[in-house]
Amino acid sequence: MPQTLFDKLWAPHVVADLGDDWALLHIDRVLLHDMSGARALTEVGERGYDLARPDLVFATPDHAVSSAPGRTSATFAGGASPIAKLRQRVKETGIRLFDLGQPGHGIVHVMAPELAIVLPGTTLVCGDSHTCTNGGVGALAFGIGASELTHVLATQTLMQRKPRTMRLTFTGTLPAGVTAKDMILAGIGQLGTAGGTGFAVEYAGDAVRALPLEARLTLCNLSIEMGAKMGFVAPDDTTFAYLKGRRFAPTGAGWDAAVAAWRELRSDDGAVFDREVTIDASQIAPQITWGTSPEQVAPVTAHVPQPSGPADQAALDYIGLQPGQPLAGTPVDWVFIGSCTNSRLSDLRDAAAVLKGRRVAPHVTAWVVPGSETVKREAEAEGLHTQFLEAGFQWREPGCALCVCVNGESVPAGKRSVSTSNRNFVGRQGTGARTHLASPAMAAAAALAGAIVDVRSF
Amino acid sequence: MDAFTTITGPAAPLLRANVDTDMIIPAQRLIGAGRDGLGRYAFERFRFNADGSDNPDFPLNQAPYRASPILLAGENFGCGSSREGAVWALRDLGLRCFIAPSFGDIFYNNCFQNGMLPVRLAAADVQRIAEQTAASPSNAYTSVDLERQVVITPNGEEIPFSVDQRKRSALLEGLDEIALTMKRRAEILSWQARDQAARPWAWEGLRF
Repeated sequence: MPQTLFDKLWAPHVVADLGDDWALLHIDRVLLHDMSGARALTEVGERGYDLARPDLVFATPDHAVSSAPGRTSATFAGGASPIAKLRQRVKETGIRLFDLGQPGHGIVHVMAPELAIVLPGTTLVCGDSHTCTNGGVGALAFGIGASELTHVLATQTLMQRKPRTMRLTFTGTLPAGVTAKDMILAGIGQLGTAGGTGFAVEYAGDAVRALPLEARLTLCNLSIEMGAKMGFVAPDDTTFAYLKGRRFAPTGAGWDAAVAAWRELRSDDGAVFDREVTIDASQIAPQITWGTSPEQVAPVTAHVPQPSGPADQAALDYIGLQPGQPLAGTPVDWVFIGSCTNSRLSDLRDAAAVLKGRRVAPHVTAWVVPGSETVKREAEAEGLHTQFLEAGFQWREPGCALCVCVNGESVPAGKRSVSTSNRNFVGRQGTGARTHLASPAMAAAAALAGAIVDVRSF
Repeated sequence: MDAFTTITGPAAPLLRANVDTDMIIPAQRLIGAGRDGLGRYAFERFRFNADGSDNPDFPLNQAPYRASPILLAGENFGCGSSREGAVWALRDLGLRCFIAPSFGDIFYNNCFQNGMLPVRLAAADVQRIAEQTAASPSNAYTSVDLERQVVITPNGEEIPFSVDQRKRSALLEGLDEIALTMKRRAEILSWQARDQAARPWAWEGLRF
């Protein structure tokens, strides 16, 4: 019987069939961060267990760290204690830590692919909903809560019910100025924020095949904003070329054996999915959100829609827009280029390419926060930081920064931000802050124009 | 974990769609936080005015609902971040059961991990319970019976609901999943040994 990619990722990890579609699933890699990492390690001990496999666990502080130039773990006072505890617990348990300023440090979902901690065909979990990002390399990667994390750390397994499968196919060729971020926002606009709930989503089609690996990570990153805990792309030569030679990738004969196995990781012809959705990528325009849920999204050429219910009205009240007004031209106060969605080298190159010697509008505060220490160093080596600084952007230190605002950084109340992050929720970027999600190129253009603008005509 | 059998009380209405876990508790409250005492931050951006006083318009601040064990919610309740603190905060507030047309996946799982029951009912049923409750909030009681898998509305109407049988038993019996899995330790170790032979590439790069 033809198998889906999901079947091929799931089945080999079943340690025990628990019946009724439930399985005890082996977890090949675990990521920890500073928000919950120390606590989880402590809880395993309090429950009377040892860490099952310290060699499969990796930690990095990303959430509660300041992104200010020259920062330390104490620059944001609230993060000092959880990070100190994480360092201590990591030392006691013998797991690997990628600390501030070290190569390998970064946002968990940026550093894991960058170091080849996540590989095609592996399972990976983290106490963070954007763990689905890692599916971009062809892995089964998903976010879990604290209790499930304790279970994994103590047993290296997780009880999971098999999700249903969905294939989201992007046909055709993506137009110039349109990115993976626009593809997935358009998909969420069509399917809704609950459209993927209960599904494992495979992204397929010519437009996905044509995406570089980093763009596939962006695509998978927003799976959870569609309700899907996990999303993935079948690995191919693009994936292998990206992973080869990275820190934890297999080498020599091991690499060859891996690639041979990874080539089998694709949905067979005739494989049946519980749901199939097709989107014509050639018709996608740059997207921008207009509300407080990622499904409240439209092409930048559109007008703010009429509210279709009380949730839409509440969103418009919060975001301060009127139905019928054009999205383009809306004045912007802040721009944030960063987050596990869009902070990789290719994202920074996309944003820098828009600058062309122009300056950030005087009333705009614009930040670039590289996703990892390595991204930062590589960007600096090619002079991107100089381009951003000369244009009037701040060039900052790696971390989650203005995506999650648990680090002393936030967009002030009432201010309007164009952000390359993943959530435009009420208060996400700060109490009263108004967030519009967009691609790095769109964000850079908004910074220069001082308003929402169509990057294609800018 | 506490066992869950039947919960009865006034069902508080919060029927807005896409209530995300950032609304339930801002991430700032969870830096290094433990499981207890988070109720004071639950829905804080909505429950309190800027000066810290109660917002009288927020349902959980209204007299019959202050001690509600049941929350009626809209589509996709608990979407967004994986923070289990959202469940801990709502539990600390006294809630034990959520009734909504759909839930965020991770939030849904996190509920069961904490002895809380998320019940999926059709939007029209949720609406009807809200209406029956609103008709006389101070003595309109809703019951959720996990044993029989029914919701009993204030008017006495019984609405059956389905729930995963594995999760249902775990909740009824208050099972400890880690202890259960630990009984399979030998199976896990033998899976790992087999996998290291079958997929050496998945392991070799991680050796210390």
